[in-house]
Parts: sequence; C-alpha cells; structure tokens
Amino acid sequence: MSNSSVALDGKGKLPSYLIDQGKRKGLLAWLLSTDHKRIAILYMIGVLSFFAVGVSLGFIIRLELLTPQGTIIDAQAYNEIFTLHGVIMIFIVVIPAIPAIFGNFFLPIMIGAKDVAFPRLNLLSWYLYIIGGTMILLSMVLPGGAADTGWTFYIPYSVRTGTNMIFTLSAVFILGFSSILTGMNFLTTIHRLRAPGMGWFKMPLFTWSLYATGWIQLLATPIVGITLLLVIIERVFGVGLFDPTLGGDPMLFQHMFWMYSHPAVYIIIVPAMGVISEIIPVFAHRTIFGYKFIAYSSIAIAVFGSMVWAHHMFAVGLSNNAEFIFSLLTFLVAIPSAIKVFNWTATLYKGSIELEAPMLYALAFIFLFSIGGLTGIIQGALNVDIYLTDTYFIVGHIHYVIFGGTGMALFAALHYWLPKMFGRMYNKKVAKVAFWHIFVGFNILYFPFLIMGWLGMPRRSYHYLPKFQIYHIIATVGSWILVAGLLIMFINLLRSLRTGEIVTENNIWGGESLEWKVQTPPITENFEEIPEVTAAPYEYKDNDEPVLEKEEVN
Amino acid sequence: MDDNKTSHIKHTPGYGIYILVWLALVTLTALTATVAGISFGKFSIAVALVIAMIKSYLVLSEFMHLKFEMKAFRIFVLVAILFFLLLIVLLFQNYSYY
Repeated sequence: MSNSSVALDGKGKLPSYLIDQGKRKGLLAWLLSTDHKRIAILYMIGVLSFFAVGVSLGFIIRLELLTPQGTIIDAQAYNEIFTLHGVIMIFIVVIPAIPAIFGNFFLPIMIGAKDVAFPRLNLLSWYLYIIGGTMILLSMVLPGGAADTGWTFYIPYSVRTGTNMIFTLSAVFILGFSSILTGMNFLTTIHRLRAPGMGWFKMPLFTWSLYATGWIQLLATPIVGITLLLVIIERVFGVGLFDPTLGGDPMLFQHMFWMYSHPAVYIIIVPAMGVISEIIPVFAHRTIFGYKFIAYSSIAIAVFGSMVWAHHMFAVGLSNNAEFIFSLLTFLVAIPSAIKVFNWTATLYKGSIELEAPMLYALAFIFLFSIGGLTGIIQGALNVDIYLTDTYFIVGHIHYVIFGGTGMALFAALHYWLPKMFGRMYNKKVAKVAFWHIFVGFNILYFPFLIMGWLGMPRRSYHYLPKFQIYHIIATVGSWILVAGLLIMFINLLRSLRTGEIVTENNIWGGESLEWKVQTPPITENFEEIPEVTAAPYEYKDNDEPVLEKEEVN
Repeated sequence: MDDNKTSHIKHTPGYGIYILVWLALVTLTALTATVAGISFGKFSIAVALVIAMIKSYLVLSEFMHLKFEMKAFRIFVLVAILFFLLLIVLLFQNYSYY
C-alpha cells in the first residue's frame, strides 16, 4: 500500500460530506441532499436492501426445488416468487447497482467535477427508484398477488393473468425513468464537466464504461417503457396490439421487450467491466494493458449489444433471414467482451499481484464471467439454441453473467471503494473468508444448472423428473454456502462502518485516478480547487512498485 | 472542450420564422392527406414518410432550436435517429423475409 503525498492531507482534515453542513440536519439532510455522494449512499441502502429481498426469494426457490413435487410452497406462490426474484434482481438491483451507487459517487470525482450536471434530477431519479421498488413490494401484499408471468412479462399470459400485472408493469415503467435520468446525467456530466486537461483518453476506464452505459440507458430504456405501457393499454382496453385472439402479434411484444432487455444486460455488465478495469491495474501494480482498446470496446459493446436482441427468440419462429443476422451479430458482440478479458489478463502478466479482497472478487469476475460469456456463445448458435431454449442451461448462463459478473464486480467495488467513502476499513481476513464462501457456494449452486439444463431440465418448473433431483439438491446446498458467505460479507462491511479501523490516508490502495487524491472521506465539494489533469489514469511508474520500469530494463 | 460556446442567445429567431414554419407544417400535412388519396402503389408509404421526415426536420431544427445549438446536441439527436433506424431495419428482417 502506498501513502500518496497529494495535496489536501497536510492541511488537516476538512469536514467530509458525511457531516451535515447545510441548514438541514439529520435524516432530512440526507433525503433532500443533491450531493452526488449522499445520493450514492441513498442508492446503496436501496439497492442492498432490495438485494436482500431478492436473495431471500431465491433462497426460497432453491428450498422448494429440493424435492420433485411441492416442498414448502404451492405452485402459484412459486410462480409469483420466481417472477419477483427476477423483477427485483434485474430492474431494482443489478441495473442501478454499479452506475447509481459507484457511478454517482465516483464519476464526478474521477473527472475532476464538483457534482453531476443535474444534481436535482439525480435526487429525483432516486425517488423514482424508491417509488418503483416499493410498488413491486406492494404488489406482493395487495389483493390479486404479485405478477406470476416471469420477469419477461410474455404475452399472452401477461394480458390474461389475474395477478397485479398493471401495478408491476407501472413500477418497472417508473424504474425505467429513474434509469434514463441517471444515464442522461452521466452523459452530460462527462461531456461538460471534465476538469481542465481531462481529455477523453485521460479518463479512467470506469468513466468510459459509464459513458457507454449512459447511451444505452438513454436510447433503449424508453422502448421498454412504451412496451410495458402498451401491455397496460392492452389489458385495460383490449386493443389487440399483442394478443393474438384480438388480432395482435405476440412476437412484436417479444421484439420490443428484448430491444431494451438485451441492451439492459450491457447496462448491467459494462459498468461492472469498468470496475474491474480500475481494480486490476491497482492490485497488479501495472499500467492497464490496451487502454484505448478497453475504452473503445465499451462503446463497441453498447453498439453491437443493441443489435442482438432477437437471439432470445430463436425458438419462436423468426424468419430465416432474421435468425441468420441475429446469430451472426451475437457472435460479433463476443469480440469486444473478449478484448477486455484478454487485456485484463495481459495486465496481470508479470504484475506484482496483491490478493486483497477487491482483487479476489475481480479475478472471480473474470473467471465466472468467462463461463457466462462462453455459455452465451453456445446459445448464439441457432441449432443448439433451439435445444437449450427454456432449460436450466439458460438460468445457469444468466446467473453466471449477471451474478458472477455484475454481482462479483459489485462486491469488488464495495471492498475497493467503501473505505474511501466512509473512512473506515473492514476486517480484511473476514473479507477473504466471505469471498471463498461466496465463490465456492456460487459454483456449487449454479454449475449444476448448466448440466441439468443440458440434460433437458425445463426452467420455471414447479415439478420435475426425479432424475434431476440430485442436481437440485447439490444446487440447494450451494445456495446455503453462498448465503452464508453473503451474510459474513455484509456483516463484516456493516460492522466496519461503526467499528472499523479509521483510514486517514487519501490513497488507500495505491491507485492513480483522481478519487485517490482527494480527502478520505471526500469533502462536500470533492476538491478544494478543481485539479489540472496532466497524467494518464494508470501511470504506475511513480508508484511504490515500479513494475513497469523493471520490465523495461529486462 | 470547445463545446462550451453556446450561441442561442444571439441567434434567437423572430416570430416570422415560427409562423413560416407553422405554415409549412400545415401545408405539408394537407399534402400528406392529399397524396394519401392518390394511388402510388408500393410508394405510398415512402411518400408519406418523406413528407413526415421534412416536417420532423423543421420541428427539430427551428422549434427545438437544434439549428442554433452546439454540435454535441446535434450529434446526440443524430445518434438517437440512427439507433431508431437500426432497430427498424433489424426488426423488419423478421417481418419482410418469411
């Protein structure tokens, strides 16, 4: 670890953003704050609370599937629970998780700005988020029960089910607006508020990833908004847009839904890749390999990722032409993702790797995301996909990509940036114990999904053939290990906020981007003076581990 | 960052332009309605779309001030339009080639 000799330290600590400085005090000072850092903390509380709900629902699903017949809940409750698990985890947890928490907190600091471009819209986006999230929770307790269609809301069932569909669809519509506002705010901030000298190619790669994500949020989210609105109109007025019995086209719904929901996978994964691009060079003590390629690959993922949506529909009877084009584009989108993976591993090569908790999670990301990505390519092949559609293979794939990818990156980011945000360090040994529980539990839980899916186990199934029971038992045991790891991790992090060792140094891990040059925790205005940026974000020559120089000599 | 040079204060157009644009929009709407009655065969939709594009251009550039805004805004709008076109082109790969 290095102790940076940058500016603010020597002058004594200034009051941080955690101390109320305006006329409002206490809870109101948080709920009405337009400081991007406080809004980030509000988002963190929201996202992690909903994550706890989502995990609990997933845990119940796994318990239910211990036996081939009903175990602890009835079939209707099972349908509602797996729908809620998907809706909460996708729309309320992983989509906002990294951009809304860490993007909000660190994007302005990383580019040398005092706040985002539209601080009030930023706060509004949090309120919309909380309203949307609360509505989803309310749908469980209101008469009618939670939606039971699966998180994809497929027509015609979503038009006919008697559950609280309109409520759920409206909630997702509102959550979409929250996401659009965040994306728009980030795009404007990156375009307009960069510090002097902070050229496009001096921006940290996390910022680049948020830029690419912002575009997807801004362009693709309105499509799902209008689609869900059309489903509501269909239910209320029976117009016949999607419902085949009224002359509608159910495939049009699937097209419109996936036009957003596939790019949404990239809203979820691209910021996660940004986090990994920050952590790898810091803990390998090496300048990142292929900076420009990683930056451009974020944009390439955003572009190609918007053109592959119909690969979710290979089994519904697309035209041959569409199947050919979407399959080809699906293979192409793997290229920019692979560029990132190869660049990260090239950065690790000959680095002085420090296996701190953030790095462990980052390495787990590369491993698990690679499995997720490669199983995705398998499904990009038309003939194989017909066989695998709606099996547990898909469920395994999505969990490897989203939980193994974004989940691990979220945990990496928590361990990397939390000490900076709160000025307290967690117990590093316990963090590693938690990591190994999570990593082992994750694979015991989700790898059997891939195997039983390959053998034909259908997804979303309440009853199943006895031959699959062994895989379900293994997966359920994995879920217990995983949940134990999550509990250890969160208790460790929460305890650190109260009793953790106080961190005073600005540069906790030896990073080179701007957030490591400001006070820990940062002051309300982030910088005493807006910095003039002269260096690239990953110059490790001047660091305490001059690995690059050694290499050059060799 | 030369994006900072906004110039819409000195370029605010007068009401005259707005009225002209409004008249143009009304005329084009009338034109759309008229040509809808003429049978152009498979070109009828293309004609209606071309007129609609001209109208959108007028609204975007004059009423929404894009004409006077900095380049970044124009690029933003262009990207959105291209994205929409891309979605339509890909979507019609399914509907036009059975």
